[in-house]
Amino acid sequence: MAEISLARALNRALSDALADDPDVLVYGEDVGALGGVFRVTDGLAAAFGEDRCFDSPLAEAAIVGTAVGMAMYGQRPVVEMQFDAFALPAFEQVVSHVAKMRNRTRGRVELPLVIRVPYGGGIGAVEHHSDSSEAYFTHTPGLRVVTPATPADGYSMLREAIECPDPVVFLEPKRRYWATAELDLPARTEPMDRAVVRRAGGDVTLIAYGPMVATALEAAEAGRREGRDIEVVDLRSLAPFDEETVVSSVRRTGRAVVVHEASTFGGYGAEVAARVTERCFHYLEAPVLRVGGLDIPYPPPKLEEYHLPGVDRILDAVDRLQWESEWVEGSADGRSTRQHTGVGA
Amino acid sequence: MKRTDGSAGSAPPLPSQEPIRLVDPGGNRVGEGLHPTPEPGTLLALLRAMIIGRRFDRQAGALARQGRLAVYPSSHGQEACQVGGVLALADDDWLFPTYRDCVALVTRGVDPVEVLTLLRGDWHSGYDPESHRCAPQCTPLATNASHAVGLTYAARRKGRDTAALVLMGDGATSEGDAHEAYNFAAVWNTPVVFLIQNNRWAISVPLEKQSAAPTLAHKAIGYGMRGYNVDGNDAAAVHSVVSQALAEARAGGGPAIVEAQTYRLDPHTNSDDPQRYRDDAEVEFWRARDPITRLEALLRGEGRLDDAELERVGAEAERLAADVRERLDGADGLDPEDLFSHVYATAPAMLRRQRQELLDEMRRG
Repeated sequence: MAEISLARALNRALSDALADDPDVLVYGEDVGALGGVFRVTDGLAAAFGEDRCFDSPLAEAAIVGTAVGMAMYGQRPVVEMQFDAFALPAFEQVVSHVAKMRNRTRGRVELPLVIRVPYGGGIGAVEHHSDSSEAYFTHTPGLRVVTPATPADGYSMLREAIECPDPVVFLEPKRRYWATAELDLPARTEPMDRAVVRRAGGDVTLIAYGPMVATALEAAEAGRREGRDIEVVDLRSLAPFDEETVVSSVRRTGRAVVVHEASTFGGYGAEVAARVTERCFHYLEAPVLRVGGLDIPYPPPKLEEYHLPGVDRILDAVDRLQWESEWVEGSADGRSTRQHTGVGA
Repeated sequence: MKRTDGSAGSAPPLPSQEPIRLVDPGGNRVGEGLHPTPEPGTLLALLRAMIIGRRFDRQAGALARQGRLAVYPSSHGQEACQVGGVLALADDDWLFPTYRDCVALVTRGVDPVEVLTLLRGDWHSGYDPESHRCAPQCTPLATNASHAVGLTYAARRKGRDTAALVLMGDGATSEGDAHEAYNFAAVWNTPVVFLIQNNRWAISVPLEKQSAAPTLAHKAIGYGMRGYNVDGNDAAAVHSVVSQALAEARAGGGPAIVEAQTYRLDPHTNSDDPQRYRDDAEVEFWRARDPITRLEALLRGEGRLDDAELERVGAEAERLAADVRERLDGADGLDPEDLFSHVYATAPAMLRRQRQELLDEMRRG
């Protein structure tokens, strides 16, 4: 076992995929000699040569567009969008071509390509470097959208994404790049399209993904000290959505809070909340709540702590889930008096 | 071409302001120069494909007016570009057409009924791209240009000398995707020829509101590519220049832009009203420069074409039109279940459930 970071696990996944399949190609901006701005592609160009891992000109739409053409000719390109907001120029390619090619050709042309997108905040970056754009992608049928929360999943899910016959938008939680785990690689975890229960609990289900899984686990631990038995589900795959795992958890606990960094309004959490409500209505003790970022453009780094959901905001939401004991004790809306840095979602 | 000191590298020559022409509108051979006129057999093949293409185009337009196609964007007047370009391709090469390139697809050998599937409205791409080496017709302008760059890059990795022909219009050259594709193709030195059918109008917007470039072929120079300005109603010239550009690209000479000067004689589609934006006089000017009559005059004048041959080609074109009329009527076995079959390699649970719900809904009527 060794201490392996998420960034390192992703690097190893790319390296092993390049070694195993001569059709795998890795390219994008600064992924060659530099190894990517987050060093996820570190050493790949040196190990596999310019033919397999290379710098492209700077244009995200063409990076994805050329990947479409390469996949049409039997390659398995893995392209990097340097930062979430920089993936937006490629959005038309992703929506109009990547997501639709299989369908519009009645299954005759498939595009086994992976678009890696470092996403989310919490690293003190200046504007356009901290966005959470998952809902744009999950609203597009034909795409698989996945996001690992742990180094083991980082390795396993990226290998699976590269092997997948469908195009995959692979969202990497950049604030967790340096988080480590004791791990032996190669490792395969649960299938990429399955959610997993990261922590079992009986009172309430926190539904989180990517960067917020660690925060939800922290909240669950803090909640335990306050007498709450909190379950944490890591979605892993945002599209398709593993409804069964989530529904079975919420039917057991009777309460649910969806947590993500992205702005709450129209966000991915709204979809999860709606589905959980549709499937679990008679099991629910309280409305499904969402804890997300504020409905503002991503703030400057010195203010991002107020935007991003933290342990306090998650536990405040848990407190608002109409616990019978608190109806007796007082506050009509069930709000706690816990001090927190932001606003309730 | 590596320039680290800011000095200019060796640049390709500027495209000529006057379009390259091998056959004049009167059907006379003119200026061979650097570009050889195709052999008589090729000229006959070009003429035959243009006649068949035009008949197909007229038939499709009629079907649209009858409501049997949802819409039809006409190729009328642009046959020399589409036929000249496509017949320059080798069998293994790939074609990347737009919605206005139905004649190009028919020329490539795609079943005309399958070509019209998109416009009939029963599926987005009716033909198999792999078996014809034709990408699906692209509607968002210039977005398939980078696909051609990636595809030829991949082909080279696999040791093949596959080239690609991207068809695009004058309006599409204003899109960012066109710029990005030109640049990637040039930097990666992939064998792609971008054939710009400059038909003067992007729906209602004329060329002078689209570009301030001396010619659209001049755009090639900034990317370090070769650019050719060619008479787009001269099938011999289009075929010769595209063939040469493909051969050079295949030999490692890099991609090229070929701008073909032509004209869209018909409305943008059957639902467009060109009276609102252009004069009849301009249309008549271009009608007199018809690509078919020009090549026909040359071949007749040189004794390589007689009435009997023209009748044979005409009859072939009529058979094709009749076949399209007949087969387009037949219901193509549309199955609503298909809506769920090709979204992913394997339908996820959510889609399987929706499919069942739709089937239940249909049973209830």
